[in-house]
Amino acid sequence: MSGKPRLTYINGRGRMESIRWLLAAAGVEFEEVFLQTREQLLKLGQDGSLLFHQLPLVEIDGMKLVQCRAILSYIAGKYNLYGKDLKERALIDMYVEGISDLMQLILMFPFSPPEAKEKKIATIAEKATERYFPVFEKVLKQHGQDFLVGNRFSWADVQLMEAILAVEEKVPSVLSGFPQLQAFKTKMSNMPTIKKFLQPGSPRKPPPDENYVATVMKIFKLD
Amino acid sequence: MAAKPVLYYFDGRGKMESVRWLLAAAGVEFEEVFLETREQYEKLLQSGVLMFQQVPMVEIDGMKLVQTRAILNYIAGKYNLYGKDLKERALIDMYVGGTDDLMGFLLSFPFLSAEDKVKQCAFVVQKATSRYFPAYEKVLKDHGQDFLVGNRLSWADIHLLEAILMLEEKKSDALSGFPLLQAFKKRISSIPTIKKFLAPGSKRKPISDDKYVETVRRVLRMYYDVKPN
Repeated sequence: MSGKPRLTYINGRGRMESIRWLLAAAGVEFEEVFLQTREQLLKLGQDGSLLFHQLPLVEIDGMKLVQCRAILSYIAGKYNLYGKDLKERALIDMYVEGISDLMQLILMFPFSPPEAKEKKIATIAEKATERYFPVFEKVLKQHGQDFLVGNRFSWADVQLMEAILAVEEKVPSVLSGFPQLQAFKTKMSNMPTIKKFLQPGSPRKPPPDENYVATVMKIFKLD
Repeated sequence: MAAKPVLYYFDGRGKMESVRWLLAAAGVEFEEVFLETREQYEKLLQSGVLMFQQVPMVEIDGMKLVQTRAILNYIAGKYNLYGKDLKERALIDMYVGGTDDLMGFLLSFPFLSAEDKVKQCAFVVQKATSRYFPAYEKVLKDHGQDFLVGNRLSWADIHLLEAILMLEEKKSDALSGFPLLQAFKKRISSIPTIKKFLAPGSKRKPISDDKYVETVRRVLRMYYDVKPN
């Protein structure tokens, strides 16, 4: 028994990737269990491990946590990545929730039909460059600090970094016009824990492919 | 003297209703600005007070908070409805996540065609009775306490009551087979601040009607073609 957090999901990004990012950024090693069949999911449900019969599941500190936000908030709180008071936490929550709306588009992208994919990429590009990235560009410009909130590394920085890289995979030039975010991306990439996570051999998962989509459809029985 | 929080939204439930519930349960009076015209909304957008160009927005303690979850987290934390430590907070977050998913299925309901409403109703009731209500019934059964977390009223209880009442509006006997939830419902409803919110004349909003749908579509220029789950 290692005492390390244990993540149960599919071998792919999906809704677990933000959790992998946050644990890695906090310098926390973790174990992973990858589901491959629907039977495995149903068995977990029968065991009582899944409160709402859904993944992600993270076993940490004696708890079986489900619901991404609950998991992420707990990790952020435990590893001092959630600001110093309620007001900083509110800022972090606002930023993270906004980014999460953008990430939702990326999450759903692999499941859209081929003919819709080009339009979806255009939507991602539009939302990123007109709604979300300008906000963070402005925040960084206004206070001139390295981190989004409280002059200190937080969950918000990790989430923004993940989002920037995920959008760039779809829209490579998306940061042109956002010099603060370009500098932010460079700084984040050089933080030791993040640098390690971005290297080959880390728990970071590759972009979803057809195999991933097929596995998700099979295990979660989506039509 | 602290100013009252000000809620910016439509005159209807939508995503703001959980905020009204939580403030009311915490005994906090608040004011509301209702969006009624496109011009009003564009003026708000131009003024830069909507961080991601969206409502809900709540002015509270000198902040202009957006993103429903951020708003609710702040209120819960400020008014001691968020548990006593990180672990209780995690439980509350988990439980609220579930009721949020459940109530989320009803957000689009007013915008659906009559035929799709029937489908969506069946879908939500099925999810409630097979996935969500059993989970909360078990939580209450396992610890035998009056409240979901830490033997004390928290945001999780308020959110669950809101979800139960919304489901009962769709199926009046939604709680049949869940005796502990029935007792929970009575108990939480009789808490003075909540009882007051449930009485006529409070800021609680009625079920969204065609007028609400029309207003949202007119102001946002969106949601013309909403599909059921």
